[in-house]
Amino acid sequence: MVGEAQVRREVEAVYRRDSRRILATLIRLLGDFDLAEEAMHDAFFIAVQRWQRDGIPANPRAWLVSVGRFKAIDALRRSARFDRSQADLIMLLERAADDPGEQALLADDRLRLIFTCCHPALASDAQVPLTLREVCDLTTEQIARAFLQSPSTIAQRIVRAKAKIRDAKIPYQVPELSELPERLESVLRVIYLVFNEGYSASAGEDVTTRELTDEAIRLGRLVAQLLPDAEVHGLLALMLLQASRQRARSTADGELVLLDEQDRSLWDRGQIDEGSQLVRQALRSRDFGPYTVQAAIAALHAEAPSAEATDWDEIIGLYDVLQRHWPSAVVELNRAAALARRDGAQVGLQAVEAILQRGELGDYHLAHAARAELHRQLGNLDQARDAWRQALTLTRQGPERRHIERRLRELG
Amino acid sequence: MKYLCLVYCDEALLHSLPDSPEDAECMAYAESIHGSGRMLAAEALKPVQTATTVRVRAGRMSLTDGPFAETKEQLAGFYLVDARDLNEALNIAKGIPAARVGSVEVRPVRELQP
Repeated sequence: MVGEAQVRREVEAVYRRDSRRILATLIRLLGDFDLAEEAMHDAFFIAVQRWQRDGIPANPRAWLVSVGRFKAIDALRRSARFDRSQADLIMLLERAADDPGEQALLADDRLRLIFTCCHPALASDAQVPLTLREVCDLTTEQIARAFLQSPSTIAQRIVRAKAKIRDAKIPYQVPELSELPERLESVLRVIYLVFNEGYSASAGEDVTTRELTDEAIRLGRLVAQLLPDAEVHGLLALMLLQASRQRARSTADGELVLLDEQDRSLWDRGQIDEGSQLVRQALRSRDFGPYTVQAAIAALHAEAPSAEATDWDEIIGLYDVLQRHWPSAVVELNRAAALARRDGAQVGLQAVEAILQRGELGDYHLAHAARAELHRQLGNLDQARDAWRQALTLTRQGPERRHIERRLRELG
Repeated sequence: MKYLCLVYCDEALLHSLPDSPEDAECMAYAESIHGSGRMLAAEALKPVQTATTVRVRAGRMSLTDGPFAETKEQLAGFYLVDARDLNEALNIAKGIPAARVGSVEVRPVRELQP
C-alpha cells in the first residue's frame, strides 16, 4: 500500500514527463487522436487508485500505455453495434500491440507522430501547429505567438488538419526510407520551433523553459540517429550551442542577462564542444543549409573568450551567406546587430531602419530593442526611449519587459 | 458506348437548398441505374477539404493539400481505386502517367447513409 499523497505526486510527475510519449504511443496503437486522448486520461485516472493498492510500477509509462489501450478496446466493444467494421477494428487493435518491424525503424513514437503530423498532404501552415500541439503539448496561445498569428487562426488550422487525417485516412506511419529526406524539412522546422519556444518563452516568467529545450534536443538527436544528414546535425549543433548558454542567460532572480554581459564560465563546455564538432562535420559535407550556417555563427560566439574578442568579421561573413541563400528579415536584423559591433552604431542603425522602413518586423520587439540600444549608443536619448517603449508594447514576457523597463529607467 | 457523368455542386449549398437531395434518394437512383444494367460505377465524394493534389515533375512527386485548382487544366480521365489509406492512394496516383504533365486530385469517397 502506498499513501495517496505520494501516489498523486508520482502520477503528476509522470504526467509532466511522459504524457506526450504515452499519447503518441496510444495514437499509434489506436489510430485516432481523440480515442488516444480519452484512453490516456482514463489510464492516469485509474493509476491514482491502482498504484495506492499495488504500489508504483517499475515502468509507469508502459503500465499507462497498456491500461490505456485496454480501456479503449473495452470502450469500443461496449459501444460497438457489432457491425463488421467495429469487430475488425477491435481485432486489429488487440493484435497490433507491438509490430517488431515498425519498432526496429524508430524507437520513439513521438518521432513517428511528428512525421505523421508533418505529412505533406496536410496544409503546410497546419503541419507545424498540429505537431506542436499534439507532440509537444504547447498551447494554442504559445503557438500563435511563435507564428505571430492569432490563436483562433491556429486553432482552426489544427482542427482542419485533424479532420483531414481522419476523413482522408492519413495513416499513423513512419515514412518509407526513400521518402524520409523529403519529409525531413518540416520535421526540422517543428523541432526548432519547439526549441525556440523553450529558449525564449513567448509569455510568462521563465526566460527559458528547460523541458522544452531538452525535449527539442532529444528529438533532434533521435532524428540524427535515423538520418545523419548535414542539416540535422546543423540543427542539433545550433540547439546545443544555444542551450549551452542557458545557465548564464538569467540571474538567480530570473532576470534577463544579454549575451555581452553573460558570465561565460557558466556556459556548458560539453554542449559547446559537441555543438562545434557537429558544425564542423556538417560543413564538411557541403550539403548543409541554413541551420548549419546559424550553428556556425553560434559556434563563433561560443568559442570567443569574451564579447570584445568575438570574431565579428567572420560572423558577418556567415550572415552574408545566410542572406544570399536563405534570406529573412530576422537574419537581416541579426546581421545588422553584428554590423554595429564591427562598423559602429550608426551603420548598424541604418541597417535596422532599412528593414523597418520596408514594412518588415514592425511587430517584432527585438527590432525596436535593437534600434533603442543603437540610438542610446549614439546619444539619441529621445529616440531610444520611443523605441524601448515600442518594444515594451510588443512583448508579454516578464523578464524581457523588466529588462526593457530597466533600460528606460537608465535613460532617465 | 460509355459515358462519364460528372456531378458538380457548390459544396456550401449542396445539402442546404430547398431542392437538395437526401442520401436515400441518391442511393435509390443509383440502384435504379444498377437495375437497368447501365451502371458501371458511381460514388459520392467527401468535401474538397479532404483532397490532396499530386503532381510529378522531373521524377519528383509534389503534394499539395486541397483540390487541384488550375483553370488551365481540364478533366482528362479518372481512376476509382480501393486503397488501404491515403498513402497507398497517393502512391497509385503518382504512377498515373499523365501526372507527369498534369495534376491528379485524390479525394476519398463518401459512403452514403440510408
